Amino acid sequence: MKRLFPILSVITALLLAFALYEALVVAPTERTMGDVQRIFYYHVPSAWTAFLLFFTNLIASIAYLIGKNPKADALAVASAEVGVVFCAVVLVTGPIWARPVWGIWWTWDIRLTTTLVLWLIYVSYLMLRRFSDTAQTPKLAAVLAIFGALDVPLVYFSIWFFRTQHPQPVIGGGGSIDPRMLHVLLINWLAFSCFAILVCWSRFRLENLRHEVEETQALESLIGVANSSAQTKMPLRRGPA
Amino acid sequence: MNSVKYLYAAYIATWLIHAFYLGSMLRRYARLKQQLKELARK
Repeated sequence: MKRLFPILSVITALLLAFALYEALVVAPTERTMGDVQRIFYYHVPSAWTAFLLFFTNLIASIAYLIGKNPKADALAVASAEVGVVFCAVVLVTGPIWARPVWGIWWTWDIRLTTTLVLWLIYVSYLMLRRFSDTAQTPKLAAVLAIFGALDVPLVYFSIWFFRTQHPQPVIGGGGSIDPRMLHVLLINWLAFSCFAILVCWSRFRLENLRHEVEETQALESLIGVANSSAQTKMPLRRGPA
Repeated sequence: MNSVKYLYAAYIATWLIHAFYLGSMLRRYARLKQQLKELARK
């Protein structure tokens, strides 16, 4: 496993560089929007990757509730945090694309609003993890994660069921796309997915290290309490003699 | 439409967000390693 990480890092770096080249140079320029349409090659793969990470969080949370396995809990935290980062990319790149195309940075459209709500749900999940330190926290967070995941299909299908300004989905929706653009989009998604796996893996290891530190600190304080109580009892026993 | 500046802004913003997050993870990792070292010294 230790060897796999640097190998995957090199492959991901090369893939990301290749995907950037494809997005900026190889992909054809869109007729009406021009070069700004190329934001799509970062915006859409980031959204798909965020959905994938939130789905991983859902599975890990269910696994934790069933088996109480701390590794499942660590995976849930890792995937939620990295998912929030990718969702933040979606929320930043979207308005940068919207400004020249729609003439506004933001509108309270159903797709945009549900994506913002999704981001806020997972930020609240992370805040719960960060600021609550009871034994029940992982269980509460797992339940919140299950409710949070319900927003993912709502975000995806919102543009099917409601009138929206947002473009239709390019796969499985009413939108159409040039095959060369689809090819570049899929390469970028592959690159961002590999990057997300690497970052999630690192965050998972970090969470395990945090558990290790907490356990060692707890053990240290237990030893400290045992030593101090032993020292205070000693004179009492020796007193009458 | 002068859209190239928006394109670059979006790509730079993406990598800034990822770089900021990776930096925060590295800082947390270094702090935990330091704590583990101190605990081992005790």
